[in-house]
Amino acid sequence: MKLSGWGRCPVVEAEMLAPDTLEAMRRRLTIASPVIARGLGRSYGDSALGPTVLSALRLDRLLAFDAVSGELECEAGVSLDTVLRVFVPRGWFLPVTPGTSFVTLGGAVASDVHGKNHHGAGSFSAHVLGLKILLGNGEVLDCDSSIHAELFRATCGGMGLTGIILAVRLRLVRIPSAWMRTTTLKAKNLDDALDLFEAGRDATYSVAWIDCLARGKHLGRSLLMLGEHDEGGSLRDAAGRARSLPFDFPAGLLNHYSIAAFNTLYYHRRLHRKTLGRSHFRPYFYPLDGIGNWNRMYGRPGFLQYQCALPSASGRMGMRRLLQTIAEAGEGSFLAVLKTFGPGNGNPLSFPLAGPTLALDFRNTPKVRQLLDRLDAIVLDHGGRLYLTKDARMSAATFKRSYPRWEEVAEVRARYHAERFGSLQSRRLEIP
Amino acid sequence: MSTSLQTLFIIGATSAIAEAAARRHAARGGRLHLAARNAERLESLARDLTIRGAAEVTWATFDAADFDRYPALLDAAWQQLGRVDAVLIAHGTLPEQRTCEADWRLARDALLVNGLSPMLLAQQVADKLAVQQGGVLAVISSVAGDRGRQSNYIYGAAKGGLTVFLQGLRNRYFAQGVKVLTVKPGFVDTPMTAAFAKGPLWASADGVAGDILAAMTRGRDVLYTPWFWRAIMLVIRSIPERVFKRLSL
Repeated sequence: MKLSGWGRCPVVEAEMLAPDTLEAMRRRLTIASPVIARGLGRSYGDSALGPTVLSALRLDRLLAFDAVSGELECEAGVSLDTVLRVFVPRGWFLPVTPGTSFVTLGGAVASDVHGKNHHGAGSFSAHVLGLKILLGNGEVLDCDSSIHAELFRATCGGMGLTGIILAVRLRLVRIPSAWMRTTTLKAKNLDDALDLFEAGRDATYSVAWIDCLARGKHLGRSLLMLGEHDEGGSLRDAAGRARSLPFDFPAGLLNHYSIAAFNTLYYHRRLHRKTLGRSHFRPYFYPLDGIGNWNRMYGRPGFLQYQCALPSASGRMGMRRLLQTIAEAGEGSFLAVLKTFGPGNGNPLSFPLAGPTLALDFRNTPKVRQLLDRLDAIVLDHGGRLYLTKDARMSAATFKRSYPRWEEVAEVRARYHAERFGSLQSRRLEIP
Repeated sequence: MSTSLQTLFIIGATSAIAEAAARRHAARGGRLHLAARNAERLESLARDLTIRGAAEVTWATFDAADFDRYPALLDAAWQQLGRVDAVLIAHGTLPEQRTCEADWRLARDALLVNGLSPMLLAQQVADKLAVQQGGVLAVISSVAGDRGRQSNYIYGAAKGGLTVFLQGLRNRYFAQGVKVLTVKPGFVDTPMTAAFAKGPLWASADGVAGDILAAMTRGRDVLYTPWFWRAIMLVIRSIPERVFKRLSL
C-alpha cells in the first residue's frame, strides 16, 4: 500500500501489518528487516516509513490505572485522544501534550514530544515511569530511568530505532476543570516576543503564533498565548467528530499573498496589547484536530515541516537571521509557531534544548527545499538542531553535527539487537 | 420506544466492532459479560473496560464450533448478569472465497461459523429473553447477505441465511417483548479486512459500534451502517438477474 507521513511527502510503497497480540507482533518481527513501528502517522516526514511497517494501532488497551497516584499503564497504540476521553471527566490530564491528540503513546515516547508547558514540565519522557519494549531478538524488556536506563533514554526520542514499544506507564496530572484561562499578548517584533516569554515564565503554558512574512521593524511580530487550567468549570470533554477536508486543495492556494493577507488580518484582529479569554481545553490544545486531514490543505505535492531549536545564548541572533531569510524568500508558512524551551534532558536524540524554538510549514517545492538548506546552515551556525519528528530532508552531516550523541544510540542499538529496526529516515541520516 | 440497557452480553467480544461497542457501554458505566475464543485477549479486554468505567466485567471462553456447550455458555451469562438487557452476537470470519470453492472443508467451516452458529445462538438467546419477558438481541449480519455475488457468495450465503433467520425470529418473539436487530455493516476497517485497500466507503469500527448501540436502544429492526449502504444495496438488489450474472461484482 501507499504510505506517507503527515506531510504527505515522501510517499512510498510499503507493507503495513497490524498485529493484535504480542505473539503476532513477535512473529511478524522475525520475517522482515528493516522494520519500523508506526502509530497514527502524525510524524511529518519519513520516520515511520520503510518497506515493512508494523502498526501499533491494534495494541490499544488500557492496562492499569491507580486513581490515587494517577499512574496509568497502556498499550503503546492507545492514543492521547483516548486517554483524554477516559480521564478528563475524572479530573486527570496529560502531563505533556503536543499540538494534536491524534498520536499514540508509543509515538509520543518515540518522538519525546513537547508541549506548551515545556519550560516548566519538560518533554513527555519526563513523565514516563516505564516502558515495555520488544527487542529485535524477540525478547521483551521492561526499562525505566534506572533499569536498562541506557535503553530507556535511547528509546525516548529514539524514533523507534531501538525496538517496538509495547506499553507505556506514565503519571497523569490533576486538573480542576476541562477549561483554560488564556491571556493573549501582542508582541510587535521578535525581541518583544522573546521578552514576553521571559516575563511569562511562570505561566503553565505559553506559545506564540508568529507572522513569518513580516519584515523590517515588524520582523517577528507575534501573538503570545499564555494559559492556565481554569479552577472553575465542568470536567466535560467536548470531543466531537472531526470534519475532514474531502479533497486536496489546489497546490497553489496557499501562497505568499494569501498567507501574508491572512497573517496581517490575524495579527490586527487583536486590538489590544493584552486580551483575556476562556477556552475549552480541546480547541486550546488541539485547534486543528477538529479538521481531519488538514494536511490536504497544501495540495497533492504535500508539505514540509521545519522545526528548529537554538540555544539561549545565540537564540535571538539566530532567530532573527532565520526570520529574515524566510521573509526575504517570501515563502509563506501558514502555521508558524514560536516558543521558548526550558532545559533539555539526557536523552541522546531528544529535540528540546533551552532556548527559542521555531516551527514552520512550507509547500513542498524545489525552491523551498533550497531555502530550507539555507536555514539548516543558520541553525548549525548557532548551535541548534532540527526536530526529527518533522524532518523529511536534512542531510546525515547536519544530523550528526547537531545531535553529537547519535553514537550512543548506535551503541544501544548494537547492544540490544536492534539491527533490524530502521526507517527511511534512519537510512537517510546514516544511523548504524 | 427507547430502552435503557444496563447489562450487555457480547458473543465474539474481541472482534473489532464488538470491542468498540463494549468500550462505549463501559464508558457509560454499564455491566458486561464477554465471550470469545482467546482467554488472554478476553482478560486484557476486561481490564481495559474496567478502567474505562464499566461497573463490572466478567468473561468466559467460547468455541463457535462447539454447539453442545451453547446452553452452558448462555446460562453462565445469565448467572453473571442476572437480567440481561441486551445481547450482541458478533463473532465471524471473512473467508477467502476462492480457497473455499476449492476446499469444501473450508466452505463448511465458513458456513458454520458465519451462519449456523449465530442462528443457533440467536434462537437460544431469544428464548431466554422471552422467559425474562423482554430484551434486545442484535446480531451482526452483512450487506453481503443481501445478494449473492461471485466474489463472496459463500460468506454471503451464510449471512443471507442469517438475515432470513432473524426476520423469522423477530416475528416469532415480537409478542413476548423480544426485539431483534439485524445489523448489516458495509466495509469496516478491522483486522478481518486488513488486507484490502481502503476507499471512502470504509467506516471505522467505533462508528459502526455507535450506530449499533443507538439502534439497540431505540429497538430498531434492521440497521445498515454506515447509513448509505441501505441505498447502495437497494440498487444492487434491483439489478435484474439476467444483467447481474454478467457483472464482475
